[in-house]
Amino acid sequence: MNVSSQHFCEIGKYYHHYCTDGEPEAQETKEPRACIRFKCALTNTILDILRRRPGWVEVKEEGEWDFYWCDVSWLRENFDHTYMDEHVRICHFRNHYELTRKNYIVKNLKRFRKQIEREAGKLEATKCDFFPKTFEMPSEYHLFVEEFRKNPGITWIMKPVARSQGRGIFLFRKLKDVIDWRKDGVRTDDQKDETQVENYVAQCYIENPYLIGGRKFDLRVYVLVMSYIPLKAWLYRDGFARFSNTRFTLSSIDDHYVHLTNVAVQKTAPDYDPEKGCKWMIQRFRQYLTAKHGAEVVETLFAEMDNIFIKSLQSVQKVIISDKHCFELYGYDILIDQDLKPWLLEVNASPSLTASSQEDYELKCRLLKDTLHIVDMEGRLTGKEKRIGGFDLMWNDGPVSRAEGNVDTPVNGSFMANTHLGYNNDRKKQLKQLFKPLHTQQKV
Amino acid sequence: MMLEQDTGLSLAIAQIVQRLKGSSLHSQLERQARGSLHKPEIKLDSLKEDIKEFLKTSGWEKRLQNAVYSELNVFPSPCHPAAPPEHMKEPLVYMRKAQGSWEKRILKSLNSMCTELSIPLARKRPIGEQKELLNKWNEMGTDEPDLTLFRPVYAPKDFLEVLMNLRNPNYENGDQPSFRNHLGLIQVPLKVKDIPELKDYFSELGLNTGQLGIDDSTQVPPELFENEHVRVGQTVLTEQDSAAAQQYVRQGCPTALRAELWALILNISNQPEDILYYEQLKSNVIQHDLLVDSLIYKDVKLTASNDDYYFVFEDYLYQVLLCFSRDTSVLEHFSYNSATPPKSYIRGKLGMEEYAVFYPPNGVIPFHGFSMYVAPLCFLYHEPSKLYQIFREMYVRFFFRLHSISSHPSGIVSLCLLFETLLQTHLPQLFYHLREIGAQPLRISFKWMVRAFSGYLATDQLLLLWDRILGYNSLEILAVLAAAVFAFRAVNLMEVTSLAAAEAVLADLSTLKVMPLLQIFLFATVT
Repeated sequence: MNVSSQHFCEIGKYYHHYCTDGEPEAQETKEPRACIRFKCALTNTILDILRRRPGWVEVKEEGEWDFYWCDVSWLRENFDHTYMDEHVRICHFRNHYELTRKNYIVKNLKRFRKQIEREAGKLEATKCDFFPKTFEMPSEYHLFVEEFRKNPGITWIMKPVARSQGRGIFLFRKLKDVIDWRKDGVRTDDQKDETQVENYVAQCYIENPYLIGGRKFDLRVYVLVMSYIPLKAWLYRDGFARFSNTRFTLSSIDDHYVHLTNVAVQKTAPDYDPEKGCKWMIQRFRQYLTAKHGAEVVETLFAEMDNIFIKSLQSVQKVIISDKHCFELYGYDILIDQDLKPWLLEVNASPSLTASSQEDYELKCRLLKDTLHIVDMEGRLTGKEKRIGGFDLMWNDGPVSRAEGNVDTPVNGSFMANTHLGYNNDRKKQLKQLFKPLHTQQKV
Repeated sequence: MMLEQDTGLSLAIAQIVQRLKGSSLHSQLERQARGSLHKPEIKLDSLKEDIKEFLKTSGWEKRLQNAVYSELNVFPSPCHPAAPPEHMKEPLVYMRKAQGSWEKRILKSLNSMCTELSIPLARKRPIGEQKELLNKWNEMGTDEPDLTLFRPVYAPKDFLEVLMNLRNPNYENGDQPSFRNHLGLIQVPLKVKDIPELKDYFSELGLNTGQLGIDDSTQVPPELFENEHVRVGQTVLTEQDSAAAQQYVRQGCPTALRAELWALILNISNQPEDILYYEQLKSNVIQHDLLVDSLIYKDVKLTASNDDYYFVFEDYLYQVLLCFSRDTSVLEHFSYNSATPPKSYIRGKLGMEEYAVFYPPNGVIPFHGFSMYVAPLCFLYHEPSKLYQIFREMYVRFFFRLHSISSHPSGIVSLCLLFETLLQTHLPQLFYHLREIGAQPLRISFKWMVRAFSGYLATDQLLLLWDRILGYNSLEILAVLAAAVFAFRAVNLMEVTSLAAAEAVLADLSTLKVMPLLQIFLFATVT
């Protein structure tokens, strides 16, 4: 995708200023908005958001683009032989699978843990113990058996590394089940793959999840990484808890009841949608826990989750190709156990952007709009912001403090992390402040 | 007059002493006092003073204080010694009569459902069924009994029709209905507060007083109000003072302290005997099946299970409500509730008083939406017996007033009248417009008030609202909030031309912030 230099100049004096002078000049008022050409591989919420963004224009199949919300298969096939101008952005890192494939993340975390143990000691290394013990199959089969024998009676889960949505997963407690499974040629759909067994991991199954109302749930949290070297990551305030459906069934109840005053029969039961009502916004979840356990305990839990995000990204920092054109919005799946310890289940490079309900749609709209604000194709930001909409800058080549001021302001007093997961997301107000014309902004 | 005040006071004291006598607190105090005799500081010649001092320092006096305070809050002050007991239930005869006929209709409906479906009001469960239920106690939500034939006994709409037809036979104002008269649905002359009186009554909600729900927002530095308020809350809890807690929560409860503060105000301590009592109720549920159980199931499935946030607590709701219907201690509240528990007779003994039982055992027939009284409490309490006690106390202090006909200032009739009066007085144009298009405001707000806004507001907002219900020991805030909501959406409402459109404007309250709305309506609107 070659972008002509002529077009580049037309896109904006603004870009030109930014790149050559180093400091963004005060934006001239009311320049005709340069158009940003985008392509989008998905047809859900992200497409709505891109289409509605002022000054952004969708390009046809073979047209040139400045921004591409691509899918991972396109990336795999085309990234290596696609030339992109400096300003162009795409939404995936070339080898994101180092973080998102179950067998790779395990390897990277193990290696990272060893490194920390060497450099900072055993205690510090325990901060990496948020991933349930996992063994690659069959290469680590013997290690697995050793671990298995040390802990008789616990449940293990066998997961395919690359497939999603629960396909091919099963639980087991007896070694016999694994042996039988290996022998069986049951997995007919990947017969073509000789090394099919290598596509699995055996993981310790967390048997004591935290329950609410007797139901299991996991948390979905969004982390936006703008670069790996240096590591710059943002955490979104919104997210949700997904409750397991297994005990919750509601067949449509055909409800009629007769008014005592004999007015016509009315249907009062709202149409039940099985998708609806299985998610709690994370703010509600945080409030629930605070009411139950107190604010301090909850602060600790959320701080431990921050630790998961940062350590997991640090563990792949050196292996991921940190191309300046790339950014990535990850969906982290976290499970909380009964001791209020958070566990990392999985990192998704393509978290679902399809909305399951009105509330979910609004969340995803906010999330994606703010993502695009941070990507900042329009060049409105200084790069020193600590908060943009619902995103808080969590890591900027080092921890980011919550204290007033931008990233350069020195911190005095005790350090409080700049993360606000589960806090009120008053993004509209903040964005209004943020995008006021530069010459009228009081803050540097 | 001094003399009357004194008699009133001594009568009140006598009543409270009567009620506390024989309570578990009484026996605990006796036991503590007796135990203290061994202590060196208790001297024989100053026995009385020393024991009193001991009870004070050990915190038992505080507990007695809390119990007395609780009694004062719950039971109305005694009226004239010659007044009949019905007077304490409801002083106005026409209200009592209306409540009586409403009850007859409910009972008729229940009985006819019973006959149609040939289901007994109560039956003993066979052993096999008992075992099964016991196993499933923590997941009754997975059960899917066939509820298609059951109908809720009544819905708020039906109740509103009855209230609309209430008339005081002694009241004749002779005027033709005009703009100056009351144009609303409620046509009984009860005294309700106007805005100056409300401002005075709810003075702690004023603009110059810190509030949770306003002054704890992220833009406000916590040093200005929130930190200090939390500190005070912790002190109140350490002191275990009910009265102080009730005053404190008027400015809202910090999330982490709310459960304990509410328990303190409601004087719930979850003693072993309370847990035992709950277990006993549970075994009653296991042994006997009641018709109302099906009504409860149906209600939970229709309302709480469909709610985005409360669906998670489905199982707790059954555990609370099924026990609640069997709890005969709830019958005590009928001495100050205008309602009377329905009576049923053992088969074949119709009319014979010796064979009469209250049905359901607690005398409360659930209606459509009843489970929503319990659902928000599941956010705060997780231990079933404590959750149960909190709900029961909330019911016998507040919720019962929302579905019985009485003249009490917190009764639903007064709340409706308060709402309509506020709206007509302060938003006359809106009121008139809505009335003209056939959208009487009360038709829309009634369901909010009957449910104390549960299921309509976001949970955190609802809890802030219920903080104030506890703080002021009154439900009037529900009517004020309802009016404030209409005021907030007045611009949109002025543009609608039908009841359906008005309903649509007011269908979604989940984004509302209650405290700013209340503050603006009470303190920042030009009257």
